[in-house]
Amino acid sequence: MSAHSSATSSPLKGYFAVWIALLAGTGLTVYAATLDLAPYNAAVALGIATIKATLVALFFMHVWHASEKLTKLVVIAALFFLLLLLGLTMSDYATRLWS
Amino acid sequence: MPDSTVIGLHHEEEHRPELLHHFAEPQQQRDAASLGMWVFLGTEVMFFGGLFCAYLVYRRWYFGDFAAASKSINMGLGATNTAVLICSSLTVVLAVWAAQTARRTLLIGSLALTMLLGLAFLGIKAVEYKDKFEEHHVPGASFSFDHVEIPGHPGEYANPRHAQMFFSLYFVMTGLHALHMIVGLGIFLWLFIMAWKGRFTPEWNTPVEIGGLYWHFVDIVWIYLFPLLYLIDRHP
Repeated sequence: MSAHSSATSSPLKGYFAVWIALLAGTGLTVYAATLDLAPYNAAVALGIATIKATLVALFFMHVWHASEKLTKLVVIAALFFLLLLLGLTMSDYATRLWS
Repeated sequence: MPDSTVIGLHHEEEHRPELLHHFAEPQQQRDAASLGMWVFLGTEVMFFGGLFCAYLVYRRWYFGDFAAASKSINMGLGATNTAVLICSSLTVVLAVWAAQTARRTLLIGSLALTMLLGLAFLGIKAVEYKDKFEEHHVPGASFSFDHVEIPGHPGEYANPRHAQMFFSLYFVMTGLHALHMIVGLGIFLWLFIMAWKGRFTPEWNTPVEIGGLYWHFVDIVWIYLFPLLYLIDRHP
């Protein structure tokens, strides 16, 4: 249960792999931004950012391995309310007739 | 367990940060500390979330103006800063591992490197802000954004008032993020001093772990800020 039982096999390899993936993701975002993907530029940029953020949370912040169920609940609750905020606001602005 | 042992233990606990008297076992204490930090980070998500929401609403309304304003920011500096923060997240995770496995040199080195990378981030940010001041792109009386073409719409100029909205969001969001970096640097200076004094052991390294969670969170905020502010519509 404690972090020690898993610490016998060194997690360093995983940390460096995530680090390389994050750097590659940054390069990819910059490259993708120079392409004309019409309406998909924002989606691609946000998609890559979300993958990077997930990698940081799961492996650098140890949500994947060493966290309590309660911690996972807090993470999910925070994301849920963030999506509620963004989703309801944007669905309002996207469907109302302004001008 | 005889009473005398309990009393004896209790007396000893005063000197054992890894098991304070109101916890049943060290694991429970660690979980409680980490849960507390995650709850705080949940409030931070909402804190930044409001700003991201405002950004999305205005970006939708003034997309062309936002794209023009975004193009005026130095993308190279932003990308470099993203890489700097990602590297600092690696040094943080190395510091946590070093503390858990009693590697003093690696712990102290990683904490020092993290602070160095944090300072580099703020330095690059300062260069970027300086450019914006010189270009009169800071919202206020001397703001000017005249005759800047909207990307992809030759002959169409961005509305300076709408561009000012972008720069307001840019300065508030990156400024708030930079403030978090400064707080993080303070936390890591304290961790560095504690590590130097040899306070962290494999049994008790909660501050390194908790401080690390904070640092990674600030990194995640930047991972979103970078594409949203710097890369709105960059293609030629």
